[in-house]
Amino acid sequence: MTRYIVRRLLQGIPLLFIISLILFVLMMNMGDPVANMGGRRVTRSSDYIRLKRQLGLDKPIVVQYAYWLIGNDWTKMDLDGDGIAETSGTRHGILRGDFGTSLVNRGVPVLTVIWQRLPNTLILMISAEIVIVLGALLAGVYSALHQYSGADNLITTFSFIGYSMPIFFIALILMTIFAVLFKRWGLPYLPTVGMFDPQVGKTVGQVLLHMVLPVISMSIISFASYSRYIRSTMLEVLSQDYIRTARSKGLPRPVVVYIHALKNASLPIVTVVGLDLPLLLGGAVVTERIFAWPGMGRLFLDYVGRADTPVVMGILMLIAAAVVVFQIITDIVYAWLDPRIRYD
Amino acid sequence: MAEIVKPLPKIATIPVDELETPPLSLAQLTWRRFLRHKMAVAGGVVLLLLILYAFGGALFFRESYANYNDTSLSLAPPSLAHPFGTDSIGRDIFARTVYGGQISLLIGLFAVTIETCVGILIGAIAGYYGGIIDNILMRFTEAMLNIPEIFLLIVMAKFFGGKIPELTIFGRLYSGSLIVIIVIIGLTSWMYLARIVRAEFLSLKANEFVLAARATGTSNRQIIFRHILPNSVAPIVVTATLGVANAILAEAYISFLGLGVQPPTATWGNMLDGANQYIESAPWLWFFPGLLILLTVLSINFLGDGLRDALDPRGRAI
Repeated sequence: MTRYIVRRLLQGIPLLFIISLILFVLMMNMGDPVANMGGRRVTRSSDYIRLKRQLGLDKPIVVQYAYWLIGNDWTKMDLDGDGIAETSGTRHGILRGDFGTSLVNRGVPVLTVIWQRLPNTLILMISAEIVIVLGALLAGVYSALHQYSGADNLITTFSFIGYSMPIFFIALILMTIFAVLFKRWGLPYLPTVGMFDPQVGKTVGQVLLHMVLPVISMSIISFASYSRYIRSTMLEVLSQDYIRTARSKGLPRPVVVYIHALKNASLPIVTVVGLDLPLLLGGAVVTERIFAWPGMGRLFLDYVGRADTPVVMGILMLIAAAVVVFQIITDIVYAWLDPRIRYD
Repeated sequence: MAEIVKPLPKIATIPVDELETPPLSLAQLTWRRFLRHKMAVAGGVVLLLLILYAFGGALFFRESYANYNDTSLSLAPPSLAHPFGTDSIGRDIFARTVYGGQISLLIGLFAVTIETCVGILIGAIAGYYGGIIDNILMRFTEAMLNIPEIFLLIVMAKFFGGKIPELTIFGRLYSGSLIVIIVIIGLTSWMYLARIVRAEFLSLKANEFVLAARATGTSNRQIIFRHILPNSVAPIVVTATLGVANAILAEAYISFLGLGVQPPTATWGNMLDGANQYIESAPWLWFFPGLLILLTVLSINFLGDGLRDALDPRGRAI
């Protein structure tokens, strides 16, 4: 097992390296971060050249990638433009945990920018994930126990609609019903945008209230794939011999269903959830945009718009690394839960 | 011996049309299984109606009407003159959903064409040649899969954005961003298909007919495209069908974020850009394009689901 883990970790390194190469090449055409640094004033061309040089943006892409990867504190930089490299670099490179500094917010480390938004995203996404998994478990088990019944067909249809629904459409519909129409009818209505009412402040109640609509929207969209999956694994398990044995020895139905069947049926679900967990980090770009939730998705959109390469690279590499790590963790957990699986 | 041989000519003399059940071809079997799938048939019908809506509607008014704006009529609610209302600068939403539908459906189709070509090529080469080529191609595929699709789409939209000038095809002017969107959706979605094709090739290339083809001196290209590929067409068709739905959704998302096809060319996605500012005042602005996207994606998903069941070689029963 240890050998397996080590091998997987070693395989992950070239993978992340390839990802970083692909992304770095894609970053090269993001736009010019220096062009609008002067605010409303047009940047003077001498300042423009100086800024580009100081930020290291005048270097060829290979050199920029090398500095991003392994830092530049081992070499000297030419910051005053006289052709002589005199200042030693300060960057340590991502391999030594230095994600660089934001170009737009001059000097703020990328990780600081990301940490400011990460909790907001995690609050939203983890709540949504819990709602999705619980809802899908209930619906999936019910569907499997009442296969081809009216309710099963209803759940199937509903999950197909959710699966095909663009998130903004359901979000706009929910906003219209629960915010606009409820307000018009004089009922208690839900807030639509932001994380809290600035007049009340960032209290737990406020955040919870503002989370309701985005969480429901995301749940309706993602509920389908989980519940279909649980339904099919549950059906498979229910037809096994040991379930018949459990039934015939007179165990009560709930014990058979929830202890014997569900425990084994939920094994494959661990894989699906485990592989989806790292994606929670990235937040939901579209959802956060509609509900104006100050999370990672919106951070990403904002910084892509301002061509802030270090921050954008930082976000993407964090997600990619999380995906790689969670794939390994999922495999290990799966082997631990299911003794039939051996990786050696 | 004689008893066994005797009945044979009797059976052979029965003409085909006198047999109680004429033999079914593979296509007929598949078609029958598909027809049993009620939701898939319904999906197919709805999809046909939507195609008719987008392309037939163009017979009744010109694209210039869909792009014509009358600011005095901005945000007018649905009426007889404008059945779906007008948008924030007074364009008729009904006409725009018709022309936007054409673009959205075409984006889905062309993006999937790119997706399928890239996916088949990479999957086939990796699966057929194996070894180091397989290793490199699959690491690349895995790397692309590890970046969430929406992030990759946004980065790619930025990378290719604003480079291609407007172009005229069949007398209609298209925003150059249309090509960009088709290419980036194609380039961000081929990975699953490549894996499926690779798996198919890995198992098929061990068959005798491949060995026979190789023994008779057939070139590698011939073996890949003439001998192995036709045998793995079923999963490719299913993946491509479902891929159209995903491509339409991807276009909607990227256009909703304002990074997609640029106006005046309408798509169902970019008609929704900025719609969330009007939830209170003009719900018709986003309701109709959103509903059309939902209907299209839903019907394609049902269609693909039915195709999967119909083409599944394990379910050969009629």
